[in-house]
Amino acid sequence: MFCNQGMKLPLYHLLAAVKKKQMIDIVITEEILNIQQCINKVQSDDCGGIDVFIGTVRDNTKGKKVLRLEFEAYETMALIEMRKLAKNAVDKWSLKSVLIYHRTGILHVGDVPVIIAVAAAHRDAAFDACRYLIDTLKQTVPIWKKEIFEDGDIWVSAHP
Amino acid sequence: MTLRILAFGIAKEILGSTSTLVELHAGATVKELRILLEKQYPRLQKLASFMIAVNNEYASSDHVLQPGNEIAIIPPVSGG
Repeated sequence: MFCNQGMKLPLYHLLAAVKKKQMIDIVITEEILNIQQCINKVQSDDCGGIDVFIGTVRDNTKGKKVLRLEFEAYETMALIEMRKLAKNAVDKWSLKSVLIYHRTGILHVGDVPVIIAVAAAHRDAAFDACRYLIDTLKQTVPIWKKEIFEDGDIWVSAHP
Repeated sequence: MTLRILAFGIAKEILGSTSTLVELHAGATVKELRILLEKQYPRLQKLASFMIAVNNEYASSDHVLQPGNEIAIIPPVSGG
C-alpha cells in the first residue's frame, strides 16, 4: 500500500480541483491578433469543441466606402468589463476556457479587431457562450470605433 | 470639491480634451455631475446616451461622488 486512506482523499480532491480549473484570458492590444494562437490557447483535451468569433473590418457602411477604423478603449475599465463577461459565461455554460482579445488603434479593411474563443465539453455551450460574449461586449465594454470615410468620419452609435 | 473627469471617444472631441476639471459641492451625485456636464457641453445632450463610470464601474444616477474618484464619461460604446 503506497498511501493510507487519510492521504488519498485530499489528493483526489486536489486533482478534481485542478481538472475543473477554468481559463480566462483577456487582452487589449495595439498589436496584430494571431488567430491560430488564440485557438491554441483555449484548446483542451477534455473539450469537444471550440467556438471562435473573428470580427473583421468591413469595407462599407450602408454602401458608403470605409477607408479605415480607429479603435479607442478606456483600457482599465474595458479589461474589467471583459473579465466580468467571461466570468458570467464560464459560470452559466460551464466552459473550460474563454479568450477575448481586442485591438485598439488604426485598422484597415480586412483587419481583425476582435477574437473571441470559447472551449467547452459540448458544442451547444460553446456556440451559445460565444454569441453571448460578442453581443454583450458590443453593449457594455467601453471601447469605441470611429469610421473614416472619404468625405468625413463618425463615431459609431454615438448619435440616435 | 474638484473632480477630474476623463473623456473617451466622441466625448473627448466634445470636451476638446481627454479630461476636464469640474467643481461640485461635497456629496454631489452622478445625476448632478451629468446636469453640470450637459450645461457646460451641450453637445453631450445630442448623444444617443452617455453613462458615467466611477472607479471603472458604471455608476447609477444616485451614486455619491467622492474626491479622488476616477470618473469618466462613457458615450455609446461600439467595440467589436
